[in-house]
Amino acid sequence: MKQRVLPGLSLSLGVTLFYAALIIALPVLALVFKAASLGPAAYWQIVTSERALASYRVTALSALAATVFNFFFGLALAWVLVRYRFPGRRLLDAVVDLPFALPTAVAGIALTTLFAPGGWFGHVLDPLGIRVAYTPLGIMLAMCFTSLPFIVRTVQPVLEELDPALEEAGQSLGASDREIFTRVILPLLAPSILAGLSLSFARSLGEFGAIIFIAGNQPMSTEITALLVFIRLEEYEYQAAAAIASVLLITAFVMLALTNILQRRALRYMQRG
Amino acid sequence: MKIALDHVVKTFNTFRAVHDVSLTVESGELVALLGPSGSGKTTLLRMVAGLEFPDDGHILFGGEDATLIPVRERGVGFVFQHYALFPHMTVADNIAFGMRTARAAKRSRAEISARVAELLRLVQLDGLGDRFPAQISGGQRQRVALARALAVDPKVLLLDEPFGALDANVRRDLRRWLREIHAELGITTLFVTHDQEEALDLADRVVILHQGKIVQQGTPRAVTRTPNSAFVMRFLGDTHRISARAQGGRVELGALTLDAPDVADGPAEIYVRPADLEWTRSGPGLAATVTRVIDRPGARRLQVLAGGDVLELDVAPEVEVAEGEAGQLRIVRSRIFAAS
Repeated sequence: MKQRVLPGLSLSLGVTLFYAALIIALPVLALVFKAASLGPAAYWQIVTSERALASYRVTALSALAATVFNFFFGLALAWVLVRYRFPGRRLLDAVVDLPFALPTAVAGIALTTLFAPGGWFGHVLDPLGIRVAYTPLGIMLAMCFTSLPFIVRTVQPVLEELDPALEEAGQSLGASDREIFTRVILPLLAPSILAGLSLSFARSLGEFGAIIFIAGNQPMSTEITALLVFIRLEEYEYQAAAAIASVLLITAFVMLALTNILQRRALRYMQRG
Repeated sequence: MKIALDHVVKTFNTFRAVHDVSLTVESGELVALLGPSGSGKTTLLRMVAGLEFPDDGHILFGGEDATLIPVRERGVGFVFQHYALFPHMTVADNIAFGMRTARAAKRSRAEISARVAELLRLVQLDGLGDRFPAQISGGQRQRVALARALAVDPKVLLLDEPFGALDANVRRDLRRWLREIHAELGITTLFVTHDQEEALDLADRVVILHQGKIVQQGTPRAVTRTPNSAFVMRFLGDTHRISARAQGGRVELGALTLDAPDVADGPAEIYVRPADLEWTRSGPGLAATVTRVIDRPGARRLQVLAGGDVLELDVAPEVEVAEGEAGQLRIVRSRIFAAS
């Protein structure tokens, strides 16, 4: 056998594989089996019920809107953190991680308090006819809050590593700032942006704690899919819960696969030929 | 395009990077800015490019004041130290970049690809247009960077340590090749290097910088034969220093007397290169003992001990000499400066 630099490959590989199987693969498998035990007709009926469809719609659209918003805001935030030196930069940098660290229920309660009709923001927005709490807008807001760090934290390191000489080269070749941004910087950030967007979207699809406080949870309008799963569980309808949950699972898988393909294409130029 | 720098000053925080530099580069000239790291040579080049702006003084392009014109309007081609090729673009797209900007003269797709093909031929990279920068060698990247800079038809070509990151053989080839390209295009070229050999080999004129100031400039022959200071003498190549005293325009060293007409009376330093010394068994000279003989392909190098100083010199491969042997050194030529 070939001599390896680091010993214990078989041991560490064994432990990690076992752990991954136990913690990740097994629950997913259990979910699939539970859902599959329904039989195709019953499964189809549950996952395409009107209430479930409405929940997919509000969840997916809110997640999409939140991701689009985070694309712009997260990119701007990463840009500011990397490119500028200002007092409080390190504090801002630390605050970005807050949604990761904060229990999502706390975030949900805080947002609800602010945006409820009598809250600090709510009593300003309400007279203008803008209702945030207990509407899809509130769902979007909660998703934005919890998924923002994904974009910032995936783009930031890549932006930091970007050679300033690339921009100077662009300038010396006569390109405007906008041309340099769209033709040099953005394409180089694209793979990391893609990764951030996909993580942000996936997280938004599955977010539960932060949303249920602010969403109002009215079936057919502000009820998210994750909540519907939870309701089915509380009703001891385990199979139905598993069926609806499997839709989230499949969506997440498809998303990740798609992102991987896109990312590989975007990084084509790194391959040595 | 003639470039003139007029009393240019640049300070970073408290560090004086460039200290009152005036310099003229004639149209079509190939000039090297040579200096150790921290001598301000790169800062000077970046100010000529418009990537930095002087705190004081003026930079003239032709007769026109270009001091505050930003780089994208200055009409210079800049080759960066690590090439700064756009990694996500093919070689051809890299070269075409400057021709596709909004401010570039409008050209059709066919015109651009014809020009790219022409530039690829000029830098001897035909057929590599479809590769990405990660897929070509360092020397090839260097040439792509040059082609990209030339694509915008610059009036002036600026190169920052153009061969710094390449190995010795590739460097030598690229140097000759750059010389040829310069002869062919006749474009005013200014390049920065810390490598004396590179500067002397390539440039029409060498400008030597030290601590933000020009200490000497001239043709390679002038700066190598008549260095005007101990710094230039030492910086340009292997040098030995022998301490002595100057008296009435002469320096006495053992049995030797050297002329030093411009050196004030007092402590002086004699600077010699290995090629400035000759070895004889007898006859007038500086008494020396051989401490080591190193055989090299072209010559035998002797390390000798003379009056407390360790000196090195080369003798012809046929000369029979052994360690421990005593003899005399003749000083064929030397530079003498007052001790600082």
